[in-house]
Amino acid sequence: MSNQSAGGYYLPQPSHWPIVASIALGFLGFGASFSVNSMGLGYVLLGIGFMILFFMFAGWFTAVAHESEGGNYNKQVDASFRWGMGWFIFSEVMFFAVFFGVLFYMRTISIPDLGSLEHQQLLWPGFKADWPVAGPGIKDTFSPMAAWGIPALNTALLLTSGVTLTWAHWALLKNNRMQLIWGLALTIALGMIFLGFQVYEYSHAMSEMNLKLSMGAYGATFYMLTGFHGFHVTVGTIMLWVILFRSVAGHFNEHSHFGFEGVAWYWHFVDVVWLFLFVVVYWL
Amino acid sequence: MEAVNTHADHGHHDRGHDDHDHKPTGLKRWLMSTNHKDIGTMYLWFSFFMFIVGGIMALVIRSELFQPGLQIVKPEFFNSMTTYHGLIMVFGAIMPAFVGFANWLIPMQIGAADMAFPRMNNLSFWLLPPAAFLLIGAQFAPGGGAGVGWTLYAPLSTQAGPAMDLTIFAIHILGMSSIMGSINIITTLLNMRAPGMALMKMPMFCWTWLITAYLLVAVMPVLAGAVTMTLTDRHFGTHFFNAAGGGDPVLYQHIFWFFGHPEVYIIAIPAFGVVSQVIPAFSRKPLFGYASMVYATASIAILSFMVWAHHMYTAGMPVQAQLYFMYATVLIAVPTGVKVFNWVATMWRGSLTFETPMLFAIGFLFLFTLGGFTGLVLSITPVDVQLHDTYYVVAHFHYVMVAGALFSAFAGIYFWLPKWTGRMYDEKLGRIHFWLSLVFFNLTFFVQHFLGLAGMPRRIPDYALQFAEFNAISSVGAFGFGFSQLLFLYIVIKTITSGEKAPDRPWEGADSLEWTHLPSPAPFHSFVEPPVIK
Repeated sequence: MSNQSAGGYYLPQPSHWPIVASIALGFLGFGASFSVNSMGLGYVLLGIGFMILFFMFAGWFTAVAHESEGGNYNKQVDASFRWGMGWFIFSEVMFFAVFFGVLFYMRTISIPDLGSLEHQQLLWPGFKADWPVAGPGIKDTFSPMAAWGIPALNTALLLTSGVTLTWAHWALLKNNRMQLIWGLALTIALGMIFLGFQVYEYSHAMSEMNLKLSMGAYGATFYMLTGFHGFHVTVGTIMLWVILFRSVAGHFNEHSHFGFEGVAWYWHFVDVVWLFLFVVVYWL
Repeated sequence: MEAVNTHADHGHHDRGHDDHDHKPTGLKRWLMSTNHKDIGTMYLWFSFFMFIVGGIMALVIRSELFQPGLQIVKPEFFNSMTTYHGLIMVFGAIMPAFVGFANWLIPMQIGAADMAFPRMNNLSFWLLPPAAFLLIGAQFAPGGGAGVGWTLYAPLSTQAGPAMDLTIFAIHILGMSSIMGSINIITTLLNMRAPGMALMKMPMFCWTWLITAYLLVAVMPVLAGAVTMTLTDRHFGTHFFNAAGGGDPVLYQHIFWFFGHPEVYIIAIPAFGVVSQVIPAFSRKPLFGYASMVYATASIAILSFMVWAHHMYTAGMPVQAQLYFMYATVLIAVPTGVKVFNWVATMWRGSLTFETPMLFAIGFLFLFTLGGFTGLVLSITPVDVQLHDTYYVVAHFHYVMVAGALFSAFAGIYFWLPKWTGRMYDEKLGRIHFWLSLVFFNLTFFVQHFLGLAGMPRRIPDYALQFAEFNAISSVGAFGFGFSQLLFLYIVIKTITSGEKAPDRPWEGADSLEWTHLPSPAPFHSFVEPPVIK
């Protein structure tokens, strides 16, 4: 085979997907820049960019799934995917670490400093540096999000979804297709209920609690952390849908199913991020 | 396949000996490439193009500074030039150049057929052009380019014009490119080595890239987070870097430099790798202290996460923090000293010759070490308080970036050009290029130390009359340096089009797999069959 090295490592033929992705990112970059500055063309460019991006993801991953099912990937390729996914998740950990770091910095350094005697006297008289707080220059008030309502329920949902996903994985290892499909469907359902609650929580926060992105330190860290997490849950749910469809189509077997495992790793990572969120954003 | 196992039976060096490779042709070969060598070539040409763009910006700066008073450009345009000169040289020129080296060399040096993810490899490259369009397009945004400095400090960056948004999204795309490229490199190095190629047998260049790629995966997301918060502060009402909302502009600096300091080593460490291949080859001795070199490089990488606030001594921090960051920074001199010692010890009693790659490597050794010393000077808090944001800092990091990273890249290009193209460069012209670069580099930047010590601030288009002579000298040097690089372009084109045929192993001291196991030029697919490593 011309696209296989003698060692059996799969070497793909020239592919147009990378250049398609690059064009998509070009549209998205310019589209986003124009949109945030309210230039008319921005949303058009963004729309085109997202369409190309969607087309690219669908096409590229379909190609990879076919190659995988065609038996092109040997053990070494499988190991490459594992290393690759692991390091990708590490980069995601670092991304979330930034926003957690910001939260800690604000709570332990910048806000106490703004409430210090010097600042009280000279800059911000009357500012009390008690968390949760928006900031000395924001006169609007808000209510913080309580931990033991929807957030606690969401914690239970995500933890359960981790269990159902593992149950599906066991099924795959035992070659029990029905249990695999049900496990995945349950996981997706739990993920989507989580997202539904999150949407409800956001709308409640904005309409009833006056908690907005512009509500200083608390508002910004709350929405950025939970928002990026919610975005990752959304992506994870889409990935789960893909492997559900692939499972229904008879893809994967007990020896070769990295597509499944990669999604599972990602889902568990999102789960762990939520636990940190629950503790430091909602609870403490 | 017979082409790969031995070089001895290769009397002929025509390009046709790997016909079975089905090399794609035309535009498709480049746009849709899945070949590490073609992708490496694109990286290198792209970085040269950006080097010229960033270089022209540098010459605008030096033209303006040739004489005191506002001469040629408006101050805001000057600020934009300093900003994009920095961003383009760091993200567009130096980093892609070394990724180009990584693409070309890593599979050959570890005996792999290609990179682990050939398609993602192409994506990593092809993300660079949209990012470059965004950065260059930012110049034409309403209000002109963002004059905020390459560090994009808040609150200036949260108040700048629309160009800032183009810059932010350019950085996002560059970050994606770097992360994917790094994941590919790490996976290739960990999973694609030929049987018998233990980690501690890898050429030093591979080790430096393994460590660099780790740094990139760890810190590029941090930069993405920083510019994302800049974006939301600008447009979505957050107050991350605004004290009125409980935020802090200094927070931006902490996050930026948590990325920024490792970034310095992301640029320097692959340069160390290239030099660690070149010096042993022309000393005809193995690298002295290979294992200590690996550990020193890893130590530098780990330490680089713990020293970031030495960029911020004047931003306001407790004296205990200043002391900690000072001591931690000085500690980096230890592993760096190990490396410099090892390079010198490699040359000790070696059978030295001074071809162009070796000249650039020795130039690197002297000038990078000088840049390291001025770095030590700047790490001392009370000294830095005097020198912060002066031309002393500019001189310091140009010694590390230009005479360090760029000279090392030149060394590497002259060193591997015979392997890449199958042709020898013109040795005489190469040496002229080296001496011109060396002299003009020092003319440009050595005097900037004096300017900085005398108190000339950086990033300002005008200056006091007392600085006039040194600035004039520096500007003359900059133009000389810039035009010397056209000679480099000529040498490379001449090599490709009409260079003499290169032997498989033109450097008798070079002993990594690409020299010992592959013909020149290296075939389209290097190791279809993994080589046997003793």
